[in-house]
Amino acid sequence: MTADASAPALGTRFRRPSFVGAIGMLFVVLVVVLLIKELTVSPSQFFQTTLIGVTNGAVYALIALGYTLVYGILELINFAHGDVFMLAGMFAITFSTHFFGLHHGQGFAIVPIVFATLLLTMAACGAINATIEFVAYRPLRGAPRLAPLITAIGVSFIIEDIGLAWKGPTYVNAPDVFPHSNVFSVGGVDYQWNHLIVVLITIPVLLALLYLVQRTRQGKAMRATAQDKDAAAIMGINVNRTISFTFLIAGALAGAAGTLYALWATTVRFDQGFQLGLIAFTAAVLGGIGNLPGAVLGAVTIGLIQAWNEGLPWHMPGSDWTESIVFSILILILIFRPEGLLGERTPEGG
Amino acid sequence: MSEHPEGTHVGTQGESPAEIIGLRNRLRAQWRAQSMETRIGASLGATIALAILLFFVDHALCVAVLTISALYWMRRLPPLPWRIAAQAVLVALFLIFGPRSFAAVLAIGFALFWVPERRRTWVMPLTALVLAALYPFYQDKMFTIPVFGVWPDVFTAVIMLVFVMMAVGLNIVVGYAGLLDLGYVAFYATGAYTAAWFASEQFAHTTWHLGAVGIDPKLPGIHITVWPLLLLAGIITAVFGILIGLPTLRLRGDYLAIVTLGFGEILPQVARNGDSLGGFNLTNGPNGITPLDSPGFGHGISKATGGFLPANFTACCNAKVLGHVIQSTDVYFWFAILLVIITIFCSLRLQYSRLGRAWIAIREDETAAAAMGIPLMRTKTWAYASGAFFGGVAGAYYAVFKSATFPGDFFFNISVFILCMVILGGMGNLTGVVAGAAFLAYLDQEGLANTGAWINTNIHIGSHHPNIDVPLYASGIYGLIILIVMLFRPEGLIPSRRRAAELHEGVHDEPLYEAQHAGAEA
Repeated sequence: MTADASAPALGTRFRRPSFVGAIGMLFVVLVVVLLIKELTVSPSQFFQTTLIGVTNGAVYALIALGYTLVYGILELINFAHGDVFMLAGMFAITFSTHFFGLHHGQGFAIVPIVFATLLLTMAACGAINATIEFVAYRPLRGAPRLAPLITAIGVSFIIEDIGLAWKGPTYVNAPDVFPHSNVFSVGGVDYQWNHLIVVLITIPVLLALLYLVQRTRQGKAMRATAQDKDAAAIMGINVNRTISFTFLIAGALAGAAGTLYALWATTVRFDQGFQLGLIAFTAAVLGGIGNLPGAVLGAVTIGLIQAWNEGLPWHMPGSDWTESIVFSILILILIFRPEGLLGERTPEGG
Repeated sequence: MSEHPEGTHVGTQGESPAEIIGLRNRLRAQWRAQSMETRIGASLGATIALAILLFFVDHALCVAVLTISALYWMRRLPPLPWRIAAQAVLVALFLIFGPRSFAAVLAIGFALFWVPERRRTWVMPLTALVLAALYPFYQDKMFTIPVFGVWPDVFTAVIMLVFVMMAVGLNIVVGYAGLLDLGYVAFYATGAYTAAWFASEQFAHTTWHLGAVGIDPKLPGIHITVWPLLLLAGIITAVFGILIGLPTLRLRGDYLAIVTLGFGEILPQVARNGDSLGGFNLTNGPNGITPLDSPGFGHGISKATGGFLPANFTACCNAKVLGHVIQSTDVYFWFAILLVIITIFCSLRLQYSRLGRAWIAIREDETAAAAMGIPLMRTKTWAYASGAFFGGVAGAYYAVFKSATFPGDFFFNISVFILCMVILGGMGNLTGVVAGAAFLAYLDQEGLANTGAWINTNIHIGSHHPNIDVPLYASGIYGLIILIVMLFRPEGLIPSRRRAAELHEGVHDEPLYEAQHAGAEA
């Protein structure tokens, strides 16, 4: 599973179609047929929800990358990651409104404020995530695999309650600063700036991450540690520091996601991190955990599925069932294709 | 960041927890190097200083600290007559001044202390059982515990017992077989809803009665009397566990955890949205199913046993025994104890059975176990089914006790809460799991609120009282418990020896990079 954190390993190997694979294909074909039906029923609504889904997917991608980075290097599902994301939303609201005086209707003055908030939040969350690793996961390096997983759940609950103690049990509101004017409006399909801004900020962050992992020395150290810790140590890589750095980067991504989510959705609550974190984790598994492009692909897929489910007009289960659908996907993927869409099949079978 | 050459920054990361543990060991060695007199003097001085300090916070807490230190030193007083005298003095002191109930507790404790070692294996559980069974009679006469307040009432005790049952069930999955189940609440919910379906008016279009007590025999809906109902709930939940287990159990540990978590999230949503599944009202949605039929034995059995077995729990008794009017809650309590005993008995028998040994083998090394001829899938599925069975029975009894089932009762928090019980007590050790479950369930029901009240009244800076709503932070407190236990005592408070060795020595070789790190620092 950990095989390579960076290389976009497309499943090019030929595999004989199996019974299980046939069921999976049938399922996918059914979904596609359903979507075509939706498209013919109401094209404008279909494209509208698709665009919303891409925005959802962009935020999920940032969170999912945090899961996938950490899993790639430690084989640990970092449950606390979703809650770091929640904390990031709270940080973003505090920084932007209390420090920089962000409020509605400032025109282009919001650009430097948003960027300063983004950077500050990323730094804060990176530091928090690295601290979590240092305190909660590092002492358990030699322990059985499940020990750090259990600790991660504990940390997740602690962070959730830190958010609760800090901002209280109600929704925290952020000023709605992103413009709602249309980028384009074609045939009843409106695309608004606040959606586009999220995607526009996400893409450079993703590119920077890809560059970091694939082109820099630190990235090479991360990939080496993910492949084989002992061999990496023999080669003179400081494994503990590399792992700390990975958590720092993952936390910074959660920080970026939290900032964008808080300013886009304009509300944050202490308990939403866990849910969104699990959805993002599903995205990471869907794409092939440990695989960076896979996490983005999975996140966009999950974002689309969520938007289609909640927004399409014709016989969709609706938002009451979103979580069930997402977790069903998680379960089905883990059962039928544990290596995910882009991952490589490992001897353990996932 | 990327410009630094790797490997040159070894040991610049400050104190790691490993170093803190090293420091602890060094301090401990230094402490042991002191002379006996110094150590005793320092300890006594520290205790008395602490007691004086606490005297200003809460008198009872001061007495508690002194008592505990007295008990501690009593174990170190060598000759027998001295020890007996000291124990007698302590009991007498509490008889004269303090709460008499505490004197009784002390007396029982000291009496147990004199039981020979080899008899304790059965005397201790028997005493615990008798004391537990008599609990409704002396609960209102008990002393107030410092910080935690009064003893839990019988209603809380029933819930504690239900959680004990669930924790023992989860212990089979997590403790024995080593499969991390993060969706145990799904089994709990299945049990509760099974009980609700078959003992209420939920399915009003059919009318089918099987020995139901205390209701009109023409009442619509399915009504099964409680004892077959509990069994049915257990069996249905076990089947459900097998259905979940079959496709998922071949996954590796952490993936299995995630899949169970997924089921644990889906099931409450199904319960919440289940009021119109294709037009069929399965779960009555967020309103839940209520009321459930009252449990009982019916008039026939009740008369045959001379009224010893009550005909109907909720309309029960009011007989006065030993100066205590027996309430229906007491009856629920005694039958919960009965169920717990059955659960513990089954769990113990399973542990030492061929199946139980196979579970432990799988937990310790799956590959080796498979090589020894243990059928992995079947063994794991049995672990799941057994754990699910007890979870289902516990859920059903809880639903019957509350006479209701709501989808809001089955959040992920509950799964982690039960996991926390198993971890705190000691994975794989029944005594530990039972104690951990009882304590945490008590904290959840009453303890946290009492502790919060104590903190808010007794701890203050000047006239400024903190106003913390402690129960609000319950899940964070459980998280903290999990974290602390996993970091510092992964085998739990009352560990099983085998599991402790596994967790401390690890089942893997020492990783090379740890050695490198240590070597660079030395």
